[in-house]
Order: sequence, then C-alpha cells, then structure tokens
Amino acid sequence: MARIELKQIAHSYLPKPEAESDYALRRHDHVWRDGGAYALLGPSGCGKTTLLNVISGLIQPTEGRVLYDGEDVTDLPPQRRNIAQVFQFPVIYDTMTVYENLAFPLKNRGMDTARIEARVGEVAEMLELTPHLRRRAMALGADAKQKISLGRGLVRSDVAAILFDEPLTVIDPHLKWQLRRKLKQIHERYHLTLIYVTHDQNEALTLADQVAVMVEGEIVQVGTPQDLFEDPQHTFVGYFIGSPGMNILPCAVEPGAAVVGGQRIPLDGRLSDKAGAVQGALELGIRPEYLCLAESSANGAVPVAVKRVEDLGNYKIATLSLGAHTIKAKLPEDQDVPGEQAFLTFPPERTKLYADGRLVA
Amino acid sequence: MGKWEDNKAWFLVLPVFLLVAISAIIPLMTVVNYSVQDIFGPGDRIFVGTEWFEDMLSNRRLHDALWRQFLFSGLVLLIEIPLGVLIALAMPKRGWGVSVSLVLLALPLLIPWNVIGTIWIIFTRPDIGLLGVAINGLGFEFDHTSAPLDAWITVMLMEVWHWTPLVALLAYAGLRAIPEAYFQAARIDGASPWAVFRYIQLPKMRGVLTIAVLLRFMDSFLIYAEPFVLTGGGPGNSTTFLSIYLVKLSTAMDVGPAAAFSIIYFLIILLFSWLFYQALQNVGTGDRQ
Amino acid sequence: MRLQKRTVGLILYLGVMLLPIYWMLNMSLRTNADILGAFAFYPADPTFANYVKIFTEEAWYSGYINSTIYVSINTLISLSVALPAAYAFSRYRFLGDKHMFFWLLTNRMAPPAVFLLPFFQLYSTVGLIDTHIAVAISHCLFNVPLAVWILEGFMSGVPREIDETAYIDGYSFPRFFVSVFVPLIRAGIGVTAFFCFMFSWVELLLARTLTTTVAKPIAATMTRTVSATGLDWGLLAAAGILTIVPGALVIWFVRNYMAKGFALGRV
Repeated sequence: MARIELKQIAHSYLPKPEAESDYALRRHDHVWRDGGAYALLGPSGCGKTTLLNVISGLIQPTEGRVLYDGEDVTDLPPQRRNIAQVFQFPVIYDTMTVYENLAFPLKNRGMDTARIEARVGEVAEMLELTPHLRRRAMALGADAKQKISLGRGLVRSDVAAILFDEPLTVIDPHLKWQLRRKLKQIHERYHLTLIYVTHDQNEALTLADQVAVMVEGEIVQVGTPQDLFEDPQHTFVGYFIGSPGMNILPCAVEPGAAVVGGQRIPLDGRLSDKAGAVQGALELGIRPEYLCLAESSANGAVPVAVKRVEDLGNYKIATLSLGAHTIKAKLPEDQDVPGEQAFLTFPPERTKLYADGRLVA
Repeated sequence: MGKWEDNKAWFLVLPVFLLVAISAIIPLMTVVNYSVQDIFGPGDRIFVGTEWFEDMLSNRRLHDALWRQFLFSGLVLLIEIPLGVLIALAMPKRGWGVSVSLVLLALPLLIPWNVIGTIWIIFTRPDIGLLGVAINGLGFEFDHTSAPLDAWITVMLMEVWHWTPLVALLAYAGLRAIPEAYFQAARIDGASPWAVFRYIQLPKMRGVLTIAVLLRFMDSFLIYAEPFVLTGGGPGNSTTFLSIYLVKLSTAMDVGPAAAFSIIYFLIILLFSWLFYQALQNVGTGDRQ
Repeated sequence: MRLQKRTVGLILYLGVMLLPIYWMLNMSLRTNADILGAFAFYPADPTFANYVKIFTEEAWYSGYINSTIYVSINTLISLSVALPAAYAFSRYRFLGDKHMFFWLLTNRMAPPAVFLLPFFQLYSTVGLIDTHIAVAISHCLFNVPLAVWILEGFMSGVPREIDETAYIDGYSFPRFFVSVFVPLIRAGIGVTAFFCFMFSWVELLLARTLTTTVAKPIAATMTRTVSATGLDWGLLAAAGILTIVPGALVIWFVRNYMAKGFALGRV
C-alpha cells in the first residue's frame, strides 16, 4: 500500500526530445492516493501505458521523480518497487503449473518453501484457482490466465500497488463482469492502490472511484465519474465521457452571450467576461442531456433544423443542425419531436466555454 | 480456436498433392519394385522377395556407416542447436545491426554444396589454406587426408559452419515473436536472466526449434556432397556416411540391393523424424486432462 | 556490461564464419599458379582474370543463366501450389489433414540418391531430360513441403475474422485470396521465396542428373570444368563468389521479414 507521487514527470522515446510533441508523456505532477481505485482513461496512443510503465519502473522517465510514500524510487528496478502489473495479454509461464506460476516471484526472492505454499494457497483461494493449482497454466482459458498474472502480483504480501494495462481486452464479454467484480473485491479487501488503464469508459466508470482522463501525454482531469460528466475540464473529457459525447461548437463571445453560426446563445455574464479576456480559440460545450428542444420560440432559444431522430427505447437522440454545425440532443422518450424546424434552449448554468480545449472557469 | 470443418479444402491441397506425388510416389514405387527383383537386363528380371533386404541388414559395412551416421547427426544436433540459439540471443533487436547480421549469416547457406566441399579442401590445406596453416602454425599436426580424427573434425567444422546459421535464423525469428509483455512481467517478478531464458525464451522457441531440429536431422542424415568432395569418404572409410556408401554401392553393384538400402535408409529417417516431432510437440505440455 | 559481451561474441562468430568466404574471395583474385605457389593473407597482385573468364565464356555464364531460370521456375511453382494448400491447412479441418501434412514433410526425408535413377527414367520417358522445367519440378519435391510449412505458419497468424468479413461482403474465394489475403501475408511469401530459392540454388545431385548441356546448372559446370582442365582454384573460387550474389540479393530484399518468418502463429 502506498501513495504514489509523480513529480515533474516527463518521458520521450526519442534520445534527444526537443519539441513538446516529441514527448509521449508531457511534464506534469500527479498524486495517486493510497488505497485509491483509479481508472486511467484515454484514447489509444495517449500515453497511458507509458505512464503505467513509468510508475512500475519498466521505463526510466526522461525527466522527473517517482515517489512511493515519499521515498524516491526513480532509480529502482521494477522488482524492487513492489508493484504488480497485469498486461493486456495474459503473461503466464507456459511450462509451469498454476502453482509454480504463482510461486515464481516468491522463489525469485528466495522465500522458503513453507511460506511460499501458504501464500500461494491463500491467493489461489481468493482468485478461485485452487482446483487448478496442479494443472499446466497453458491449458487454461484466457480468464484463468489473467487471474494467474494477477495472482503473481498479489502473492507478494508487500505489494504497494497493482497496475492493470487493459487486462480484459481478450476476455469473453460474459466473463468480463465476473473478473471486474473479483477485482473490486480484492481492492476492497486489501485497500491496495489500484490503477486501471482502459479505453472503455464503462469499465472505467464501474470499477474506479476516481477516473483520470489522459490526452496527448497529459492527465487533463481526475475526478469521480460524476465530476467528469458534469464538469469536464477539457473538451476531450466532455467528448469522451458520455454517450453521445458533449456537443463542442466553435464560437465567438459577446457580453452575456456566445455566438454560434450567427445565433446568440445567452451565457452567464461572468463567464462571458472571463472568456473575453482569455487567449485562444473558443468553443462552447454542452451535454446532449441538458439541451431543451421545443416547437415554438422561447426566450433565448435558437432556431435549428431537425435532421434525424433515433428512438433508442429509453430515450431519443435528435440530430440537429445550427448553421454549419451538428448538435445532438438527448430527449425523453415521450417527447414529440417537431418535424423540420425547432427551437433549442441552452441552459446557461450547464453551458461551458473552452479556450484551446481547456475549461474557462 | 476451432477450424472450419470442410472436406472441400482438399481441392486446395490437390495441386500440391499431385505435384509432390508425381515427384515422390512414382519414383518410390520404382525403387520398391527394384528392391524386390534381380535385374539382369531389360525384360530379364526375377522376383527375389526380401533377399536384398536381408543382404543389406546383415551388411557389416552398412552397419558401420549407419553408426557413423548416427554419431554425425547426433553431434550436429548437439552442437548446432545450442550454438544457433546462442547466436540468436546475441543478435541485436533493432537497428542496422539486424540487417547486417541477417545477411551475413545467410551467406554460407547460399553456396552450392559441392563448392563448399571444394573451398574447404583448400581452406584446410596445411600449405596454402588459412585454417590448415593456422592450426599447423599452433604446433598441431593436422591433416584430414591421413588422420581419421582430423578428417572428422574438418567435416564437423565445415558442417557447423555451413548450417548453424539456419538454426540461428530460425531461433532469431522465434525470439523476435515473443511479446514484450513477457519480459516486462519477468522483470516485475524479479526473474534472473537464466530464468527468463529457461521459462520464457526457450518454451516460446519450441515451434521454431522443432523445425530446426527436424530440418537439421533430415539434412544431416542425408548429407552427401560436402563430405564427399572434401574427403571422398576417407581416410579409409572413416567419413563414409550413409549417402556416400549408398552411392558407392549403387555404382558398384546392382540396383536391387541399392534400392533395398534406400528404403531402409528412408524408413530410419522417417522413424526418427516422427519421434523428434512427437517429442518436441509434447515437451512441456504435460497437461492432458 | 552483459550486452557488450554478447555483441563481442556475435562479432567474433561472424568474423570466424566469414573466414572461408574471405579465403574464397582471396583466391578468386589470384592466378592458379599464385594460389598453389605460396600462402598469402591477401592477393599481392590482384587479378580479375578469373571473373573476366566467367563473364565471357559461354560454358561458364550459361551455367548461371540456367540455374537462375530453373530456380525461378521452381520458386514460382512452389509458391503457387503451396499458397492454396497452406491456406487449407491453416483454415480447415478435413479428412486426413494431419497425415497429409506429415506426409508432405516425409518428402524431405528421402535420400536424393534414391531418386536419381527413377527420376532419370521418369523424365526420360516423358522427354524432359535436359530441360529447365525438369529440374524445377524435381526440386518441388523438397521445396513444396517447406513452402507449405512456412506459409501455414504465416497464415495462422492472420485472424480468421478477416476471411469471414470478406465472404460476408460477397467476395468469391479466388478474389478474396488474391486481392485481400495474399497482400496480408506478403512478408511470408518473401521469406518462403528466399528459402525455396536457397534450397533449389544449392542442390546439385538432381540438377546434375537431369541435365546434360542445355540446362546445366552452375554448380555442375564448376565440377566438370575442374575435372577437364585440372583444378583451376582461382576460377572455381571466382565462380563460388558469384554463386553467393543472387541469394544475397534475395535476402537483402526480404531481410526485414526474415525475423517474422517462421514464428508467426506458432509461438
């Protein structure tokens, strides 16, 4: 169990990085609370795996320090950091039995046989691997193999954190939730620091109490699933979390309003003032859930053309166009959608502004 | 991973089957035919049954050649497989070094077999060959034309030089295909370099090593041109391997005994290849539940 | 410093391995009298006479042309029959598939010496003696099984969903195979081509038995010239150096795929 601190961490795979874009991991600070269950969410290639490998020590960061409970471990090799890591594809030692696989990390550390047996027995019990202990690990299914790789991390009683790198990619869908539940159980029982890399937002939201969203080598927001939904700090978070994602519309700002496609959308006065003062390209963001669609004009509503309506059972998704921009609105199932022309209201308290992707607040 | 069940797939295999069958079955039938007949001339032959086989099986010189052949192929496997794996382990993983070492390694494989024998004749000559001069310069009396042991050493050296690259290329292919995560997991588990080799690299190379062992076994058991050109099977009969003896026999005697010999020869290789194949398929996969 | 020790070992091995080839190069640049007269680490008075002779005398250079022709034909035949067969082995379960696979391999196990006489008779009967095609077909005996073996490994590495999707999209088998599948395993085809090329190029017994003059391979030209004129080592060495060149070119083109060659799908 440990609190993991990253100080001014940055990593580049190039020998001599120059431009910002040479870095797979941009310089930043971050703290992973002791005992927290974190999901690290982001698109492929955003640097999630690099960050994970920096924490576990598989990669030496180009810059910055890694601290476990305040102790600098940047120069320690992975086997001395007491972390467990589970990879996308199950890593098992083909020629060994399940028991030997689980005992391997302990044997490498010179633990005596009796203690190994006790530890392995305990972990196998918890992971429901006991009936398979004497079997060849190779003969088991992908889910059991993934449990073995997890078990190899758990057998070490001093484990500081478990890192998961998209561990459920190759697992059958109906086994996925079982394994996910098992992970949750283990976390609750041992209060281990858990960092779970994924690009699947459902997985992230169900497993973790804190979700960190990463874009282009940088963590842009950490928060509860609700924070991420209601208060995206970055257009990417808005777009990535939620289905459909946040509507992001390029805009200009006037006092008390944003102008999108020639239409004025009323804003909170203080917000428009702040936005007027910042540099960078402005965008307006609003969740499809918060939009109100009506047949007749109302105060502050803008006219839109209705292009398509999909009925998804519990709700409807309306695709609308405002000038050249496309907007999606999520509507209650029982609402009748006007045929061609309609009026759309942006509730000012739910309407966000972003400058160069970052929230104006 | 179930495959599709469909006997129509035979149509895809048919061209291969026909082509190889023409090249294999018809000549094989001819050989079987000869092996049970005594031929005096065109249209003048009698059926002799297993006479040639009995002759051959009790032929002392064939026995000698056979043991010599087993010793040779055994040594070939014992030296070339570990050496090839070592080379593969030492090869770079990326960069220009990969291309250079791959191309250089392939060079000995590209020389026609009889040329290899010829080159080694002069390479090992004590007066004008680099190796011969070097060894004699170190104070050893070395002459593969008169001393059987020297002849063996020379033939083995040539064989190892010629074919170890094939094993190395195969082993390298096997190593490169191991996903990086295995090595990362091993580092986290605190595995020693030896443990990484023993529990990750070696098991993962099983597929390519099966190919390597089979190819090297078959081809070394059939070796003809290189040692024949180099030593002519001598001094005495010390380097007369099975193929060399077979050719000697077929030029000196009737086709009947030679054909019987060929069939015995073929069956031995078949048997051992099958054993190797089975053994390597099952090693380390003991779970049969 | 482990890494460095390994690299030193590798360089040492490659250096020793290149010595016989260096010696061949050394001899190829000297006259016969010079070679036999004295030991020399490098040619004191290098001459290209041996190479000039090979490039100007038809008896010599036709050997290279013949070898190249039948090796190319063989590689082409081997690949074109092995591709569909390897696909069948990698995708389908069918009657006798495993036996068939092992039977194919057994064809590499027959002593070539066994086949010399029957092959000669077979090809005499159909009038193909001393043609390139005869040698090319006879070499299929050992190359086709190998080609099937390697290609099957590559094909097993391609997910079957690709085939399924293509069939659902209405591709016929031949069109799918040529326009979708073959491009996917281009690397495997390159490596297979190298191995077929190599084994056909260096084979001598069958090639020599089935040819007399018109299709005589370079390896045979070398032995015969040697026995006719006494041993001309310099000439032989030059010819030997030149036999490496075509194969080295082939491997240069497929070097990036070599590593992936045998391993895909069988790890």
